[in-house]
Amino acid sequence: MALKASALKVGDTHSERVVENLSRTQLVQYAGASGDYNPLHTDEVYTTQVAGYPSVFAHGMLTMGLTSKMLVNFVGPGRLTKFGVRFTNQVWPGDTLDSVATVEAIRDEAGVKLVDLKLSTTNQDGKEVVSGSATARIDP
Amino acid sequence: MAKITFPVEASHIMMFANAIGDTNPVYHDAAAAKESEVGGIVPPPSFAQAVAQFDPDYFLRPKPGQKWFGSAKGPSGIEGKPTSTGGLHAEQHYEYHLPVHAGDVLTAETLPGKTWERESKRAGKLTFRERVTEYRNQKGELAITARGVGVTTERPVDQG
Repeated sequence: MALKASALKVGDTHSERVVENLSRTQLVQYAGASGDYNPLHTDEVYTTQVAGYPSVFAHGMLTMGLTSKMLVNFVGPGRLTKFGVRFTNQVWPGDTLDSVATVEAIRDEAGVKLVDLKLSTTNQDGKEVVSGSATARIDP
Repeated sequence: MAKITFPVEASHIMMFANAIGDTNPVYHDAAAAKESEVGGIVPPPSFAQAVAQFDPDYFLRPKPGQKWFGSAKGPSGIEGKPTSTGGLHAEQHYEYHLPVHAGDVLTAETLPGKTWERESKRAGKLTFRERVTEYRNQKGELAITARGVGVTTERPVDQG
């Protein structure tokens, strides 16, 4: 399951569609599981009438979680040493998101093989919603 | 800031994985997870954020007897509340030092970080606040370091 350094090269990519037609219900589900009940994500009345946004929108952390699904499918569970993202645009109900990991480097650190990945998640209009990076332990 | 005890539980992991639409068996199937390299149910990489459930003072959860800023009879439960929204999440970074499994009990401690400001065309003055949270396991070993950056905007982010 785990990635092998011998079978990887810089520039290799792995991509997945991580959500299709994101529902408001999934935002409610994420609020309940994560404990972040900010009304901006689940309360259309508050968000449009008080906060001034066109609709509720996704928790950044939901988009990070969706991105992590692609990432763990690629490197395997328990293999990450670092995972970081910037939230570059909001994600809205109805969005369809694709995530891609690109191999930036394969290296040794204290006898452990590591892969450095660049991460990007984009919406159906090609707009980037998350940019990030990750490092994972890989097999020789 | 107070330390928060965060029991990592299999049912919570399953609900979190459901919420991100992740059907990986290591998040919900104890037998399959046991046979896998990780040896048991593990949390998804961004699960540490769910420590909010265990923070008694977490400000983004309604509490009995306290006014809540979301809608109820009116569009906000707090009258005269300015249109500021409590902020958005700008960045989140994790470093994983040791494995975490269902059954572990983490202790989270948040340390104050840097604050800085920037002007933006889409949302006016932006105020960034960094928070670093260390998650230690029941042996006192550092398991995860999280660094989050929140941003408060002067006005809603322009979608143009």
